[in-house]
Amino acid sequence: MTQIKMHLLVCGGTGCRSSHSELVAKALNESLANHGLDAEAKVVSTGCFGFCEKGPIVKVVPDNTFYVQVNPDDAEEIVKEHVLKGRKVQRLLYLDPEKEKTVSDDRHMTFYKKQIRIALRNCGFIDPENIDEYIARDGYSALAKCLTEFTPQQVIDIIKKSGLRGRGGGGFPTGLKWEITSRVQADQKYVICNADEGDPGAFMDRSILEGDPHSVIEAMAINGYCTGASKGLVYIRAEYPLAIKRLQIAIDQARKYGLLGENIFGTGFNFDIELRYGAGAFVCGEETALIHSMEGKRGEPTFKPPFPSEHGYLGKPSNVNNVETYANVPVIILKGPEWFASIGTEKSKGTKVFALAGKVNNVGLIEVPMGITLREVIFEIGGGIKGGKEFKAVQTGGPSGGCLTARHLDTPIDYDNLLAAGSMMGSGGMIVMDEDDCMVSIAKFYLEFTVEESCGKCSPCRIGNKRLHEILEKICKGEGTMEDLEKLKNLSQVIKDTSLCGLGQTSPNPVLSTLENFWDEYVEHVVDKKCRAGVCKSLMKYTIDQEACVGCTACARACPVNAISGERKQPHTINQSICIKCGACMEKCKFNAVLLQ
Amino acid sequence: METVKFTIDKKTIEVEKGTTVLNAAKKAGIDIPSLCYFSLDGMKIENKPGGCRVCVVEVEGRRNLAPACATEVTDGMVVRTNSMRVLNARRTVLELILSDHPFDCLVCAKSGNCELQSLAHRMGVREIPYQGAQSTYRKDTSPSIIRDVDKCIMCRRCEMMCNDVQTVGALSAINRGFMAVVAPAFEMNLEKSPCTYCGQCVAVCPTGALTEVDHTRDVISALADPTKTVIVQTAPAVRAALGEEFGLEPGTLVTGKMVTALRELGFDYVFDTDFAADLTIMEEGTELLDRLSRYLNGDKSIKLPILTSCCPAWVNFFEHNFPELKDVPSTARSPQQMFGSIAKSYFAKKLGIDRKDLVVVSIMPCLAKKYECQRDEFKVDGNPDVDFSISTRELANLIKLANIDFNSLPDGDFDHPLGESTGAGVIFGTTGGVIEAAVRTAYELHTKKPLPKITFEELRGLEGLRSATIDFDGLKLNIGIAHGLGNARKLLEDVRDGKSQFHAIEIMACPGGCIGGGGQPLHHGDASILRARQKAIYQEDANKPIRKSHENPYIIKLYEEFLGKPLSEKSHHLLHTHYFDKSTQIIVE
Repeated sequence: MTQIKMHLLVCGGTGCRSSHSELVAKALNESLANHGLDAEAKVVSTGCFGFCEKGPIVKVVPDNTFYVQVNPDDAEEIVKEHVLKGRKVQRLLYLDPEKEKTVSDDRHMTFYKKQIRIALRNCGFIDPENIDEYIARDGYSALAKCLTEFTPQQVIDIIKKSGLRGRGGGGFPTGLKWEITSRVQADQKYVICNADEGDPGAFMDRSILEGDPHSVIEAMAINGYCTGASKGLVYIRAEYPLAIKRLQIAIDQARKYGLLGENIFGTGFNFDIELRYGAGAFVCGEETALIHSMEGKRGEPTFKPPFPSEHGYLGKPSNVNNVETYANVPVIILKGPEWFASIGTEKSKGTKVFALAGKVNNVGLIEVPMGITLREVIFEIGGGIKGGKEFKAVQTGGPSGGCLTARHLDTPIDYDNLLAAGSMMGSGGMIVMDEDDCMVSIAKFYLEFTVEESCGKCSPCRIGNKRLHEILEKICKGEGTMEDLEKLKNLSQVIKDTSLCGLGQTSPNPVLSTLENFWDEYVEHVVDKKCRAGVCKSLMKYTIDQEACVGCTACARACPVNAISGERKQPHTINQSICIKCGACMEKCKFNAVLLQ
Repeated sequence: METVKFTIDKKTIEVEKGTTVLNAAKKAGIDIPSLCYFSLDGMKIENKPGGCRVCVVEVEGRRNLAPACATEVTDGMVVRTNSMRVLNARRTVLELILSDHPFDCLVCAKSGNCELQSLAHRMGVREIPYQGAQSTYRKDTSPSIIRDVDKCIMCRRCEMMCNDVQTVGALSAINRGFMAVVAPAFEMNLEKSPCTYCGQCVAVCPTGALTEVDHTRDVISALADPTKTVIVQTAPAVRAALGEEFGLEPGTLVTGKMVTALRELGFDYVFDTDFAADLTIMEEGTELLDRLSRYLNGDKSIKLPILTSCCPAWVNFFEHNFPELKDVPSTARSPQQMFGSIAKSYFAKKLGIDRKDLVVVSIMPCLAKKYECQRDEFKVDGNPDVDFSISTRELANLIKLANIDFNSLPDGDFDHPLGESTGAGVIFGTTGGVIEAAVRTAYELHTKKPLPKITFEELRGLEGLRSATIDFDGLKLNIGIAHGLGNARKLLEDVRDGKSQFHAIEIMACPGGCIGGGGQPLHHGDASILRARQKAIYQEDANKPIRKSHENPYIIKLYEEFLGKPLSEKSHHLLHTHYFDKSTQIIVE
């Protein structure tokens, strides 16, 4: 048996793969072979490390060296220097921007310091396509424990005691949901995993399925044991080909090992999992719409009750949980509910994975304990605002969430606090905005998404969101009135109050929260016809300073629509009715004569 | 009965467990407005997608408002139906719906009968504060139905009718968000879809999104043409419903007034489809006995059950969905077409005019009849046996247009020879009626004995699927009845799988039969109207001096003078038809 002394963990998540991490892995393998080291060091394609800003990432264990932005060309050097001679490649180490020092061990990087990885425990650590590596990390021992040591009710009690709540957005107590499903009598029940991650920019579910698919499979089997379901279904969007591939491999391997199928662990418990593909409709993340889609029907929600726990897939009781929720389960079983409940706040236990994006230095996937503040996330983990600009707002909860401001920075993040602040946890999108972002445009952007993604079943969501979007467009064009702002408020309230499903009940949140927190900016757009961030083009005006203009004609030649006229060596003017506000004139002018108002 | 107690607008009442807030409110004398919700009580037809959100109410302890139509009352629940929060939300939602609706009320076919219009009126909407883009779509005209889905409000009633009740599957929601609308798959034309033209979508559409093709203009032109002799036939179910259009109680029989009105409109002869219904019984009843006796004598080529073929939507349905069974239904044409065929041969000859100068108009409770009369097999040298088929609603419009004060009209009598009918012909208008009429005749022809009792209560009712065994003097005849195409499908599947125990089956496409046809005055979900019409039909039957088709003296005369005997060669030529396989005709463009 060969003795592998060193592992080279190459991030194989979708983010790093888009920067050709698989070529890095290939180059490392070739280099190891060339140097005859392939028996001693092994390249492993793992799931996401989370630090996507600095991808592709290569981590060398056991010495925990964390290389960032690695190119295939760097492979030879890593092998020659690090693997062969034990010398770290300094230029590929992470440079701490504050201390201006390299940090080789990720545990000492500010990005990771405050993170606690439970759901992501195996992401970036194991080969997701190899069940043995999962088993080596106590994989499937939670299932074994449940089947051999606990009754279904005991397992449910453990989950209830842990305080785990649904990570897909709603935050419903997971154990309670399991209990409800378990108590309904039926000849067939289903365990459903909601992998229809739809928030723009969110990719925690994808990362878990790509990096640690077995954790979800194991948790679904545990749920099957608790609820009395023998069939599991994963509803996954077809746009996640890598996640689908790895999940399918994992299911096949689990079947081969007897961890799925009949008579698991010789206990007489039967459970198997199938995949169902979604076409990527946002609304299909809503559980009743998801179930309709799986049944081959139009993906639209129905009124609850009845809840899926009673009347779900094919009319049978179905337990629907999100990927991240399931990923927490095996650890809770193994480490105990007290351990899990010791993390987080009073009503929100454990951790939450966020997709940190926008104007922060460190974008990526992070898992933090509940109760951490937005300030810690944005300024410590996120490394502050890009380009030294000023923090303006942070949007949590995806398109259904709200925009929070500097005064919310010290609010501990949990389900209830975010809701109270006018936003929500959602599935964990977190987008940071700086002074260059126009909040009216941001609200408009999110409305555009919900207008596009509304299924059209109920009138307030179908028509109301369209009207909200139209009013916001009007305001951004400088045609809004104060009456429009009142309309926005009333309409938003009514849409929230009357919509059929979660999509419409939350879609006005970006509007309401920006109205609440950035009222002045709306008024500026409406009354002063001004966009302070300079985003709303209709509110901008390019003019030429007649004193400063020397008549060089550079601007007129740069103008793509011939809006600038003037004699040579005479001051030029811009025809405002033709100008498209592209800013080309301003760029070309060497005399700072083009002014933006 | 398990009950729950709850409070609604400060009134505490007790209702049966499982009752919705909407229905419970009615019991408390509170009329919560609703729009998408639709039900035909006692007929298992219900639409409650909870989509329009007009019926929202405040439920104590609930974060957001709840749709009254889909929320079940629970013990101790406290409901407010008229708080400011509710009233503002409800009105805003309605204003939103109106903001995406064309403002052509003045010229809309549904004006005055539109549920959206009534709601706007009731809620006192005077302006649309949320104006913006409107969703627009291609207008689609088929032989029977016009889809103007700019007016669709996504209530999904038509979809429920087309899929859950009729199992036709021609209409379903397509597109998403603001552009979501109910349409045939891939937005194909209705004509290219498996639509049967039953018109139940039109019957339940709350707005002008689905309406019938209007042929009143054609009828007026024909009446105005001095070179044409224009005759009219009226289907049995029309007389039991037409009065509703003039404010009369549902179930008021207006046969005599209708005849007078038609005469005043200028029809040269006012005839009755009931006459042709009697003729249908002669042909279909004889066919049944013929098939039955050959079957009982061991003729393996004979297939049973025999299925009625009067209903054109039903014919379309099996041509699309069960083409392999197309030799099972009776070959007898529908009464409308038998009438047209006899009128343009026998009667035209009597008048001594060319068939092209004789215009046959039919008044039907039905929209599929518009399509049926345009079928090529019912034309001679391109001239249709029935020129125009108009619905009960269209006739009412014509009468109003001609300044006729319908309610003060004296009763008139049908003309001869094609206006004389029996009670058997009348009951064609309701589910169970065709088969009862057939039994009355077949019994006497088979047993050569008079019927001991003329009515067959066991064949009557409004249950979707019914069956009875009739003793033909020792021969036990198993009879099945289905109305609603979804029920018909169940019987058809049994026939296809060789599991059917029936000798004869009557099928009508519309719930209730022709009384509930797609061309009838709109019932707006009030099932008691259908019951009243059914009662009126049976009353008309009871009033008739002759109640068996084979005793109709003009039918006897018709056979003597012209046809010979039932199933004769001439009958085959004029009164029977054949069916087509339309299963492959669904074309996606």
